[in-house]
Amino acid sequence: MTETWNITLRVYRQKDGEAPHFDNFGMEVNPDEYVLDAVERVWAFHDRSICFRHACHHSTCGACGMRVNGAEKLTCITLIRDVTHNGATLKVEPLRNFPVVSDLAVDMGHFYRKMERVGARSVLPVPEAEIENPSREWKPEDAQYLRLSDCIECGLCISACPVMATTAEYLGPAPLAAAQDNGIRRKPALLSIVDCEDGVWRCHSVFECTTVCPSFVDPARRIMDLRKQVVGARFRKLFGKA
Amino acid sequence: MDITRNQPSAGRFWSWFIPIRRDIGSWAFALNRVTALGLTFYLFLHLVILGKLAQGPGAYDEFLVLTENPLIKLGEWAVAAAAVLHGLNGIRIILTSFGVGVTRQKQLFYGFMAIAIVVILFFTARMY
Repeated sequence: MTETWNITLRVYRQKDGEAPHFDNFGMEVNPDEYVLDAVERVWAFHDRSICFRHACHHSTCGACGMRVNGAEKLTCITLIRDVTHNGATLKVEPLRNFPVVSDLAVDMGHFYRKMERVGARSVLPVPEAEIENPSREWKPEDAQYLRLSDCIECGLCISACPVMATTAEYLGPAPLAAAQDNGIRRKPALLSIVDCEDGVWRCHSVFECTTVCPSFVDPARRIMDLRKQVVGARFRKLFGKA
Repeated sequence: MDITRNQPSAGRFWSWFIPIRRDIGSWAFALNRVTALGLTFYLFLHLVILGKLAQGPGAYDEFLVLTENPLIKLGEWAVAAAAVLHGLNGIRIILTSFGVGVTRQKQLFYGFMAIAIVVILFFTARMY
């Protein structure tokens, strides 16, 4: 028999000119449903004016990122069971550090422009991908095969980063991870973009980006690796080997 | 349309000190900020006290009597504890910043904090 929980879905609301507030919706849910299912059900049966972003429902598009009970989650793969309990509240809010367009939908334009600035790759040759325990050694001819980049540009890392909260100019975890993926040796122009006040040195090693990343990009590790790349490139320039 | 809310601003630094529902990295980050502020405040007090020397030995001796006050002693204990916590957490950050133990940063934090607790217990026993 299907288990049923009674929860209160507490939804952040903010329309044009309105002060932000929360609307509560009491509902019955199966705890093995996803948070996005609950939000969609409220939209379908209770309030058609709720605005939120979603598309693929299988953690590929990165559209449904929200704060769930205070923590950044990709709601299409977050089980209700994992974030609340029977009789409790489930609070959904928009991602932090993005302008709110309406309710749970945020404007990610500034973030996407930063990804573009560092030349974030949406696909990359298989031998260049970081694949844990690959089934075989890659050969040069495997470069003809492309693989989707791990980063789905959901913005959870931007929302979770406390440094990002204080300055919009900071590149932020996902763009810095994308720069590391490109590599300074391959794209020397990246050096001036990341080796600056709002680049790789602004990171304060909080590691929240890695904690919330639903796609195992591990931005924090990549940022530290990018620092090594930057130091290496600066030394090469110093000794005229760039 | 008012989309100005929820955007980054310098005034939101207060969120650094509220790591509730966050992972251990945020708690380490908050700990480093709190201890840094404490140590900076201590540095300011230290300079004020040293300034008493300029007023003559009498003024400084008057302050030295104050150091026997249990509250001042507790303050001294807090300064030493903050220095140990901040220093060891800082070593962890230096290591991870250059790629050492990045994927083991939580274990590094727990390890350094265990050392910090031992050191704090040691000087607590010596002080009291």
